[in-house]
Amino acid sequence: MTRVIAVAGPLWEPFARNEFMRNALVASSLVAVICAIAGTYVVLRGLSFVGDALAHGVIPGIAVALLLGVPGVVGAAVGALVMMGGVSMITSKVRLSADTAIGLLFVGMLSLGVIITSRSTSFVGDITRILFGELLGVDAADLAWQAAVLVIVAVIAVVAHRPFVLMSLDDGLARTSGFSVSFFHGLMLVMVAMAVVGSFQLVGTLLVLGLLVAPAATGALVARRVSTMMLAACACGVASSYVGLLTSYHFDVAAGASIVFTSVYLFVIVAILTIPRRMRGSGELPHQHEHAH
Amino acid sequence: MNGTTTITASRLDVGYGLHTVVRDIAFETRPGDLIALIGTNGSGKSTLLKTLAGMLPALHGSVSVLGGAPGRSPKRVAYLPQHPVSSHTLPLCAGDVVAMGRYAHLGLFGRSTAKDRAIVGDTMRRTGAMDFADKSLRELSGGQQQRTHLAQVLARQAEVLLLDEPTAGLDIAGKAAVAGIIADERARGVTVVVATHDLGDASEATAVMLLAQRVVAFGSPADALSDENVRECFGFTQPH
Repeated sequence: MTRVIAVAGPLWEPFARNEFMRNALVASSLVAVICAIAGTYVVLRGLSFVGDALAHGVIPGIAVALLLGVPGVVGAAVGALVMMGGVSMITSKVRLSADTAIGLLFVGMLSLGVIITSRSTSFVGDITRILFGELLGVDAADLAWQAAVLVIVAVIAVVAHRPFVLMSLDDGLARTSGFSVSFFHGLMLVMVAMAVVGSFQLVGTLLVLGLLVAPAATGALVARRVSTMMLAACACGVASSYVGLLTSYHFDVAAGASIVFTSVYLFVIVAILTIPRRMRGSGELPHQHEHAH
Repeated sequence: MNGTTTITASRLDVGYGLHTVVRDIAFETRPGDLIALIGTNGSGKSTLLKTLAGMLPALHGSVSVLGGAPGRSPKRVAYLPQHPVSSHTLPLCAGDVVAMGRYAHLGLFGRSTAKDRAIVGDTMRRTGAMDFADKSLRELSGGQQQRTHLAQVLARQAEVLLLDEPTAGLDIAGKAAVAGIIADERARGVTVVVATHDLGDASEATAVMLLAQRVVAFGSPADALSDENVRECFGFTQPH
């Protein structure tokens, strides 16, 4: 028994001994679940690039908020709104491929964010915090904010699950089923923006896309139902948070980056392990009918 | 419903934005009618179907479906697009995809009842999709996917069916099954508008509309499919 505790100690002692590690684990788990829910629809609808654009679009807003002494979350929300408006306008009005136009927009927003931040006297610290997060300085207010974001994202997912899945299959199918594609596409962008705004303080704007996409993509590899994919994404995200934090603690490396790297590494492992099953075309999780809505 | 008009189009122009594809379309349908839209790629068949489905606005003229503007009766009108997109990342079984055909009736929060499940099971049996109900969409062949999407459309139990190339990717048995399904739907009073390349599909139709970016002919199969009309539409004469 003593030997088991001695071996397992490094796996739980960092959290038992340090409040900041416990807070970081709770916060990163909340963020992982938020990103898994939003990320499931991002992956299904092929919005990864839009998610990336939103993550970068919040930077100028955060930078302005820091200069004005306003909470960064407020600036991020404004930045996300501007970016959503830009993405919507570009995808509907501009005769360019969406990826080109969105790519230009997000690089423009990123450079604007750096320009604004460079006016700050603590430029390097500020830009590092924005891009890579500050996971180990989480307090109770941050946790409450993340819990609120989780509730909002979960409510959107429950309310809009049917149109979101229909739109993942085909926009026309959603429209002819009586759902407004423009409204629900906008709602999906709001959900992704909420996930970004709720996550950037922990893992940073540069890495939040990893948590949005990697666990959901891992879920897509093993699931044959959307709900199973979402649950698998949550499990992958939370496991990545735990492993990433432990890695950060024991090897003294960046916490946010460790979590995101773990989630991407997990995706690669699952992708390799499931190659033979996908080749056979029948080795997925047992099917449960979705008729009980 | 018998005796009433289900679709009415008058001096209708269809197209995309500023580009008109077909002008001056006029026709009426009644319950149980089958209208076959015949033409080559780009002739305007899909554009007309999308306009009837409410996915494209009418550019000119008037059109009504079940007494209202197109797209206003999602529970009563079902549309099968030409090449339904089947995302490789989408984790859905064929059975789940067919069950989505009931979403127009269930809305955001309606619970699926035993009746909904029975309808889904019945349409899957009729289309042969029950054989692969538990298979993931990404594991299905093109023909199996087409059967799945057709079953989804039928599961809506609509009064008007708008089918764009419903037999695409199907083998001879599959095509015969679709013909039987269309006949069954007509027998229960459903109006069917089907777009096809295949002149053989038109033989059972109430009326045929030959399209070549204009209405070449509209009338009974015997009248509309004259050698002259077919030559104008396709550039060749059908073998006798």
